[in-house]
Amino acid sequence: MPAFPGLPGLITGLGVTLRTLVRTITKGAHTVQYPRVKEAPTTRARGVIALHEENCTACMLCARECPDWCIYIEGHKYKAPPRRPGGKPRQKNALDRFDIDYALCMYCGICVDVCPFEALFWSPEFEFSEPKIADLLHDKARLSQWMETVPEFEDYEAGSEAKKPEVPR
Amino acid sequence: MNTVVTAVELAYWQQTAIRSVAALVAVLIPAGTLVYLYLFKMMSFMQSRLGPMEAGPYGSLQLLAEVGKFLQKEDLIPRAADRVVFKAAPFVVLVSTFLLVLVLPAGPDLWFINVDTGVFLALAVSSISVIGILMAGWGSASKYSLLGGLRAAGQLVAYELPLVLAVMGVVIQAGTLNVQEIVLAQANGEIFGWGAIGNPFVITQFLGFAIFLVAVQAELTQPPFDMPVAESEIVAGYLTEYSGMRFLLFFIGEFATAGIFAALAATFFLGGWYVPGLDPASDLFNLIGPLVLLTKIVLVSFLIFWFRFTYPRFREDQLQQLAWKVLIPLALANIVVTGVLKVVF
Repeated sequence: MPAFPGLPGLITGLGVTLRTLVRTITKGAHTVQYPRVKEAPTTRARGVIALHEENCTACMLCARECPDWCIYIEGHKYKAPPRRPGGKPRQKNALDRFDIDYALCMYCGICVDVCPFEALFWSPEFEFSEPKIADLLHDKARLSQWMETVPEFEDYEAGSEAKKPEVPR
Repeated sequence: MNTVVTAVELAYWQQTAIRSVAALVAVLIPAGTLVYLYLFKMMSFMQSRLGPMEAGPYGSLQLLAEVGKFLQKEDLIPRAADRVVFKAAPFVVLVSTFLLVLVLPAGPDLWFINVDTGVFLALAVSSISVIGILMAGWGSASKYSLLGGLRAAGQLVAYELPLVLAVMGVVIQAGTLNVQEIVLAQANGEIFGWGAIGNPFVITQFLGFAIFLVAVQAELTQPPFDMPVAESEIVAGYLTEYSGMRFLLFFIGEFATAGIFAALAATFFLGGWYVPGLDPASDLFNLIGPLVLLTKIVLVSFLIFWFRFTYPRFREDQLQQLAWKVLIPLALANIVVTGVLKVVF
């Protein structure tokens, strides 16, 4: 590093800030004034996690993998009637409680990735702040409501062999 | 020339009261203007955002909101701090700023004190802020504050020299240390016999002007010379332990000093309250002088803040090198050349 920094670089730097200044005044800023103007989040943005209740088997994988332990699941087993007459009654899991505490959630998405039954989905909705922190605990009903806001998956790139997952409605 | 002022006779205490209020206005109006115009708006625009937009039209009342916020905050004092020194430090810095404004004339009859050693006084009282900053650094009983305070002291001492030496060129050319007469020398000056715009010293003393601006930048401890408050390494330097009202005082002091150094630059190099084409003795300047000066302050501080918002931080050794190896020799050469030319012409 020379004792005196390069003058041309210094002047180029001044030019950059001045050009940005003029562009912001004449053409507007890159930012938007949020509560008045809203930008649509990208389709796969991580806004809130939605639950498709019918697909959940209360297997607890999401609750166990959650780094924040912010998913609370309670379920019970019950005997469903046999498929064919004369068969044994089938054992099924019923979901009693499925809560996500968004005050703890860090939106890592591990629960969505780990779910083997396609019961959890990302929704780009992000405006669910609450005056009371306790209200950030979304219960089963609230999480199911978010399903309406889940967009369809985007197409995989051309030539991909994998089957595109469907969002259950 | 004195018709306006001598029309009313005022007792000494009345004059003092008026001057105190005027000094308060002269410090706070430029400071508020600079904070809104440059810190809130220009910096945002240079980063392609709009800055505060909600408080008042285009966020113009944001500063009041900020002041209200700081006043509500708790005034924390660290347990190990030297309480008296800690509490007094922001006021010492502010006193330096308020004393600095005294030498600035805003019109032929608009001045606080009109002394023959005006330049000397200005540069002397501007050094008081070093003591305040050292007090803040030492009194906080925090290693970050101490490091910041010492860095600030080293930097302010180093850059005080080019600041003084840059102004010496102006003093030599004007032949006086009286600030008012420096303004008049620029107003009545001629460039090779052509006196249409007077002789603003920025033309003949451009090197001095450039050195002055760089030194001012360092005196204000703002980027690219913000080693003393480098937030990524020493939190906020000597400001680390301050909160609430006392932090606000430092904050106001910083921008008020920016405004006043800009005013000094405008007075020494851009002709102060004078605009070309008018008689410098006319009473009109008592009216428009402050506005002219404020306009020039805004122009000069545009440069100061433009540099601030563009450049990254100097390393401590580079910072000292720039002062001792580049600016001071340049300023000395400027004095020699100015002196020789003054004698020759």
